[in-house]
Amino acid sequence: MPVPKEQPPWQTLRPKDHRGIELWREADLARRRDNDLRQTDREGIIGRGPRPNDDAGMPGKPHEARMPELKRTALYELHQELGAKMVPFAGYEMPVQYPLGVMKEHLHTRAAAGLFDVSHMGQVILGGTDAAAQLETLVPANIVGLGEGRQRYGLFTNDEGGILDDLMIANRGDHLFLVVNAACKDADVAHMRANLSCPVEVVDDRALLALQGPAAEAVLADIVPEASAMRFMDVIIADSAFGDLWISRSGYTGEDGFEISVTNKQAVALARALLAHDDVEPIGLGARDSLRLEAGLCLYGNDIDTGTSPVEAGLSWSIQKVRRTGGDRSGGFPGAERTLPELENGASRHRVGLAPEGRAPMRDGTQLFDGETAAEPIGHVTSGAFGPTVERPVSMGYVPTAMSEAGTRLFGEVRGKRMPVTVADLPFTPANFKR
Amino acid sequence: MKFTEEHEWLRADGDVFIVGITEYAAEQLGDVVFVELPEEGSDVKKDDEIVVIESVKVASDIKAPLDGTIIAVNDKLGDAPALVNEDPLGEGWFFKMRIDDASAVEALMDEAAYKAMIS
Repeated sequence: MPVPKEQPPWQTLRPKDHRGIELWREADLARRRDNDLRQTDREGIIGRGPRPNDDAGMPGKPHEARMPELKRTALYELHQELGAKMVPFAGYEMPVQYPLGVMKEHLHTRAAAGLFDVSHMGQVILGGTDAAAQLETLVPANIVGLGEGRQRYGLFTNDEGGILDDLMIANRGDHLFLVVNAACKDADVAHMRANLSCPVEVVDDRALLALQGPAAEAVLADIVPEASAMRFMDVIIADSAFGDLWISRSGYTGEDGFEISVTNKQAVALARALLAHDDVEPIGLGARDSLRLEAGLCLYGNDIDTGTSPVEAGLSWSIQKVRRTGGDRSGGFPGAERTLPELENGASRHRVGLAPEGRAPMRDGTQLFDGETAAEPIGHVTSGAFGPTVERPVSMGYVPTAMSEAGTRLFGEVRGKRMPVTVADLPFTPANFKR
Repeated sequence: MKFTEEHEWLRADGDVFIVGITEYAAEQLGDVVFVELPEEGSDVKKDDEIVVIESVKVASDIKAPLDGTIIAVNDKLGDAPALVNEDPLGEGWFFKMRIDDASAVEALMDEAAYKAMIS
């Protein structure tokens, strides 16, 4: 069927029955809070009809005509200049890859350093003297005990013990600084404003860059010498030639690195200064996804959501002893009635790494079985892709606890065929943090 | 060389046709990591999904461009799926097929028409 040129490509390329070559689109990257991902096999991957925010990522068309409602980060023009392929993601027009391509971008990040625009993520400041105690009523983590200049991973839980979002929480002396997921940020802010009495300020005049990889420290130290002294999960506010930078030694790739909040006005200049290093390449969301998957890190909307509990998700480590049964500030967060017993007794299913045999990726939605002919699925894949560093497909998913031991052999149904897959330890690639 | 709306190319090779995907499609798909090819000798109907191609982020199908019989497949893609990106019009071919009605190939797009479609 010929494609009429007048029609925008995101309409013409995806009639309901279209199952041919699907070009770059955000369907696999943009996750929603609702849970329509649990479809079977390829229907969940390529057979879906159009979504309001879906796009085929065809180049050569004016972006204005394609994505009228999408927001842009301060680096939008720079992404275009660098030749990025832009796709809609969580309401933003974001770079999914640059001319290097996902595979090489991924490998470059592990070998040297990659620069990511993560400005779509939400930056929030909680003020007031009791912000930490307040936030503990929504997040099962030790925030009161978080030292000044330190950062910690945490979860917003709901009354059913599911996960509303995952976030980073930094103690910056007289306030907390939070970074939350792009797709969840409006809901997170509303949730905090409805439930906390402390001031909740959305930071909307700053971009967020992630510089990740073994060369990140040396590169950033040229601009911010004190970055070298930071340890994993330290946070500082640094004066620089690019204004005040809010820096944490963290990231979401499994590599050493930094996340840097910079004013929108200075963001492009800072990005250019970092990219000027031979070691630094711009990296898109495609490689960000494969990097975090190899590192065994959860993508909200895929691996964790309102239907998964922290214990099931293997995130018990984010709930410190003081918030558990017997701790000084035990409970007092949404869903504690479920979470506290689960922390003691375990959950009936668990998130695991999955190593498919052969080269075919097992993507999210793939049903898992405990036998080649077993009738009922015992679990499903929540993230799956090809891992460029490990040079084989890697997946994560949920299986019954009895089948969660590394080495357990299962089957995933890919395109109607049962393919062997083995439960594997996470991460697939060892973490390379500066402790 | 002839082209389909599904971004395939067909090139005559004696009395059969070699089929692959275009440079444009290969570039759009991104790095190809896995290709599943049809059985040699299988009869296929136009629009049957006969090849599965997995790139770093998406699974796609390649459809049979016309009715016919698969007479050979490119086994090199099993170990080297990246050939699809490196040389889509050459070493990255997918299969050779005998087409039932060879005159139907003439009705497909020529290069100019394909270029107009993707521009």
